[in-house]
Amino acid sequence: MLQRLRPAAVTTAAIALWIVFCPARAEAHLNSTGLGPIYDGAAHLLLTPEDLVPALALALLAGLRGVRHGRAALFVLPAAWLLGGIAGAVAGHGESRAVAIASFLVLGVFVAADAPLSLTLLTALTASLGFVHGFQNGAGMGPPGVAAQALFGIAGLLFVLTALVVAFVVELRQPWSRIAVRVLGSWIAASGLLMLGWAMHPIR
Amino acid sequence: MASHMRHASRLLLFAIVVFCLEQALSAHVQRGEAVSFRIGFAHPISGWDHVLAMVAVGLWGAQLGAPAVWLLPLAFPMVMAMGGMLGLMGVPMPGTEIGIAASAILLGSAVLSEVRPPYVIAAAVVAFFAIFHGYAHGAELPEGQNGLLYSMGFVIATGCLHAIGISFGLIHRWLWGQQLLRLAGGGVALAGAFFMWRAFH
Repeated sequence: MLQRLRPAAVTTAAIALWIVFCPARAEAHLNSTGLGPIYDGAAHLLLTPEDLVPALALALLAGLRGVRHGRAALFVLPAAWLLGGIAGAVAGHGESRAVAIASFLVLGVFVAADAPLSLTLLTALTASLGFVHGFQNGAGMGPPGVAAQALFGIAGLLFVLTALVVAFVVELRQPWSRIAVRVLGSWIAASGLLMLGWAMHPIR
Repeated sequence: MASHMRHASRLLLFAIVVFCLEQALSAHVQRGEAVSFRIGFAHPISGWDHVLAMVAVGLWGAQLGAPAVWLLPLAFPMVMAMGGMLGLMGVPMPGTEIGIAASAILLGSAVLSEVRPPYVIAAAVVAFFAIFHGYAHGAELPEGQNGLLYSMGFVIATGCLHAIGISFGLIHRWLWGQQLLRLAGGGVALAGAFFMWRAFH
């Protein structure tokens, strides 16, 4: 009888051991990146749509306008974000939902309308956006020493993302592909409008 | 005896599987950024009234051709968001379900008859009904969700439905495709009539 049972018992035991020792991960809490403050800063940008989407929208806008606008955005956005972040880390707290709402609305409408902004105006817009969002990031990142490293991570990632998005959009030649970028802008503006409604939600 | 042992080992195996392959408990409110986006994305595609009306916008745009094919999906999300904003703010809007059903009837009929109004009129019609759809999304935002990611989810889902309609509408270049599109429009209008009947019952 034991001989007849052996295959089933062995199979059962093997499956049981496999199940017990190869359990599914318990994901009850978040893990830090474990890669230090610079990568934590980069991860913060990637995981914060309130910052990430306006930055991408600005890159889309600059890409639609052309190479010169794209180059300006590429260098001005990370620099302004870094400066604003350092100012925020020194000044203390200053977080406001209105900044994200305004960024979504203004940039979304500009992208949707393919607004013919001059280089000066786009540069000023980029500097303002970078400084204000950076200020909020810096204000919420604790001591200036730690914040500075995280801000460098954010600025580095912004440079890479802006370069990629601008390069992609500048190369778009087909009319339908440029319209698709503008549709993305309308989605961003729509999300901004909804954020505004959410901010005025009576039982939020 | 051997068969008893076999049953026992199968039962043991079953018990081990049940206890060790843990499943998420879904008895509590789901929260968090990813969940908010998923719920927002699922909202427009979970109701046939929204799905059919959104696809019909894309179909009609494809029938009308450029620039309407781009103008409608460009204008719709922003006007829909205005409706969503009203819903989020708690502004009362009676007859939302009737408006949504009417949108399916009217847009379906437009596709069925392949009516070609001036682009401004087409955009105004679509925009008018977009307010009702947006209001329903905004008013039904579940408590405890991230408003931004929920909003982005449903805006993107709506855009994807338009894209499906436009993609399907590309068959308009063939004669059989034109007939099929008109048939699809008739289907949407019929479904809209059903939604309207349901709105009154």
